[in-house]
Amino acid sequence: MTALVLDLREQPAARIDMFGVTPDRLNGLTARAVAAIEVTVGKARLPLGELFAFSGDDPSTIVLRGATACLDGVGAEMRAGRIVVEGDAGDYVAQDMRAGEIDVRGSAGAYAATGLRGGVLRMAGNAGDYLGAARAGDRYGMRGGTVVVRGDAGARCGERQRRGQILIAGNAGDYLGASMIAGTIVVLGHTGSRPGFGMRRGTLLLAQPPASLPASFNQSGRHHLSFLSLYLRSLARIDDAFAALDPARTTVRRFVGDIGCGGKGEVLVWL
Amino acid sequence: MLISGVEIEDTFAEAFGMVATRVLITAVSPTWARHAAETMTGFATSVIGCGIEAGIERTLAPEETPDARPGVSALLFGMSQKDLAKRVETRVGQCVLTCPTTAVFSGMDGEARIPLGKNLRYFGDGFQISKRIGDKRYWRVPVMDGEFLCEETVGCVKAVGGGNLLVLAASQTQALAACEAAIEAMRRLSNVIMPFPGGIVRSGSKVGSKYKAVVASTNDAYCPTLRGLTPSRLTPDIEAVLEIVIDGLTADDVRNAMRAGMHAICRLGAAEGIRRISAGNYGGKLGQFQFPLREIMA
Repeated sequence: MTALVLDLREQPAARIDMFGVTPDRLNGLTARAVAAIEVTVGKARLPLGELFAFSGDDPSTIVLRGATACLDGVGAEMRAGRIVVEGDAGDYVAQDMRAGEIDVRGSAGAYAATGLRGGVLRMAGNAGDYLGAARAGDRYGMRGGTVVVRGDAGARCGERQRRGQILIAGNAGDYLGASMIAGTIVVLGHTGSRPGFGMRRGTLLLAQPPASLPASFNQSGRHHLSFLSLYLRSLARIDDAFAALDPARTTVRRFVGDIGCGGKGEVLVWL
Repeated sequence: MLISGVEIEDTFAEAFGMVATRVLITAVSPTWARHAAETMTGFATSVIGCGIEAGIERTLAPEETPDARPGVSALLFGMSQKDLAKRVETRVGQCVLTCPTTAVFSGMDGEARIPLGKNLRYFGDGFQISKRIGDKRYWRVPVMDGEFLCEETVGCVKAVGGGNLLVLAASQTQALAACEAAIEAMRRLSNVIMPFPGGIVRSGSKVGSKYKAVVASTNDAYCPTLRGLTPSRLTPDIEAVLEIVIDGLTADDVRNAMRAGMHAICRLGAAEGIRRISAGNYGGKLGQFQFPLREIMA
């Protein structure tokens, strides 16, 4: 039994919606049955067999290869298993995912991990805008799980995040954690403008001092926070990029807000 | 059965099913972890009068604790999960939350859980912060020296309470020395506590009393000054009796502790005035567990 490989040799005229192509939904199906499953491509519905070349037979791990950047919704609502994208992924990767692991070897588009509830999403490259954020009309962004970005994240990362953690080894764009409700975002690089804007609760943990914070954030002083020793230890187990963080670094400068909306969130900057 | 001149009586200790939990208390130094643990496990000798039985299990090195600080593990035993839950929460709230630099963590896994930070978080008056790390949830409660970090729940298990030894000696001094040696040996074991002062009881009790309102009264059969007034279990050469009560997570833990204690006592032996080791029971009618002394020492 080897991983089920779907090789998109040629990019189609429209984007491909990969909703439903997850290990839990394909469980027990033969490669032939999987090839018959239809997906939306622009306005049309086409069987996977017409789009991808198949090899392997074990859908508990699905490998997506080739022109993967046009694949949207990879791992949407996934409940088990593993998906590997050998290249870039499109938009909405890991949307509403509940469990399992997605490994994007390149970068991902917009709205990655929106509605994420559990499991782990890893990106070797960059994440587009709205990582872990709420879609238009949604009350909450991601509600659990872990996202690891080895590169940079775009704007509005973690907007209306409700729970879970986002770990960014590179830089984060503007409005990091805007309207955040809870959860944790760690950024080892720089942040853009207005991090924490409209934050209610939640934690932004920054290795670099932010260029600026919204005016409605107050200084809370210098603190030694013992929870950081547990938290940093847990990060080391998740990804090597964060294993270098010293669990003894528990002293931070703390900013609280967004006072403008009665928020009790915190921006912690390592000293 | 005679070991080093000490008679091991052909009897058994009768023990009861209880519910137990373990909490890990950490602090900036071993001293402060100890202050918190001693305060939390104080006034916890017997469920009858104190509602709970508790004691310090052992000291923890920084490498053994979740936040890599010095700590202490404490065991608490109650008659039911509901009872235990209420009393653990009160004790942690009054004795650990209040103690400088402490944090408290669950020392026990398992599906049965009792709330800890789950209710203590309200002390934060709305400013408390929750953090999930892995599959555990913690509460950060703002306090004057920073933050009190507390795990949301702690596991609990069915356990065994009331294992015991009675040490009959030629003098009070010798009985005490023997019991001190036993306690020192038993304290090297995990999963057990000896909840009485210094681990030793001088006022062993029996069920019932001539007074209607009194549930338990002095164990007159083992009181040396009542020899001649009451059916006594004491031979003329016995001047003092002390008891050690053991609560443990499993019957094996209690058994191992009783064995370690008895060996320590017998190492002093008849030469140091120890005449007999006995145990307390209710004829096997009340407790779920029996620990025959001779079987343990065989």
